[in-house]
Amino acid sequence: MAPDLVGRLLDAAVTTIRDHAAQLTALDQAIGDGDHGINMRRGFDAIAETREALAALPLDEALQKAGMTLVMKVGGASGPLYGSLLMAMGKAGMPSDPAGVAEVFAQGIDAVKKRGRSDVGEKTMLDVLVPTLQALQTGAANGASIGDLAARIQTVADDALAATGPMRATKGRASFLGERSIGHLDPGARSSALLIEAVCGVLASEA
Amino acid sequence: MTGNVAIVIVSHSALVAQGAADMVREMVGDEVRVAACGGNPDGGLGTNVAAIREAIDAVYGPAGVAILVDLGGAETNSEMAIELLPEDQQDKVIICNAPIVEGAVMAATEAAGGSPLAQVRATAEELSP
Repeated sequence: MAPDLVGRLLDAAVTTIRDHAAQLTALDQAIGDGDHGINMRRGFDAIAETREALAALPLDEALQKAGMTLVMKVGGASGPLYGSLLMAMGKAGMPSDPAGVAEVFAQGIDAVKKRGRSDVGEKTMLDVLVPTLQALQTGAANGASIGDLAARIQTVADDALAATGPMRATKGRASFLGERSIGHLDPGARSSALLIEAVCGVLASEA
Repeated sequence: MTGNVAIVIVSHSALVAQGAADMVREMVGDEVRVAACGGNPDGGLGTNVAAIREAIDAVYGPAGVAILVDLGGAETNSEMAIELLPEDQQDKVIICNAPIVEGAVMAATEAAGGSPLAQVRATAEELSP
């Protein structure tokens, strides 16, 4: 593993959440309770505070610890959802190739589905995570390198995010709005796309 | 009174949680232990896994704990808090699918009579839409 990969992944994730906190909150004000950016920022600020300790750990342990930090600090449903994602990915072990990364990511996504009792098509973060996983699995099966995959997956995540706009929310606070949730991007899908893009940015520069 | 099922109230608002707990104490008396918990880790509106865990610990007894929640994150964070409990306690702490204020009063009323956890939950959930 490249030196300080964990540290650079953490920095990229923290930076993108801080930079987009206001946007996430604005999206959430449209169809949720307007705290997604504030909550995510609180969680990632807490991760930033333990950056050095986390960066010194192997990736799998760092993911579990960062996940627990999100669970404890976020203060909204996104805490357990993102926390479960990272903790399950950390428990899945250390990937050594793209297929391994896909398997680890799949374990994380299963934990999100279970935690949220949700699946694709309900206008949630899963509508970005699952298409991203599928692209990762396909790429890995075709023998793509991490660098190539990282570049391609940023586009997949962006497209998947855009596809949440026309969806009608059937899960979470936005489901209270029914038809009126249509036409708005899902805030959780946006934060998922941001984090995926941040991670891919680091991995693409690796390659 | 520690033999009775205890109640934990988890709201996004500390004031709502406290108010619901006050109503339970007023209407049901102190036969049932009640803990209230609301607000995010910074004290704003939201819920906080660590605080929910502390609230459960504060009232936990062998008869178990019934949790009443308001909106989405309160439920998700309560589920997370339950999973952080020691394994032998996890089955004895349940979330009631019921309106937070009415559910808390109904659950506490049932608990005050010494009913088991499943009965406490069933009574609270009779109020569900």
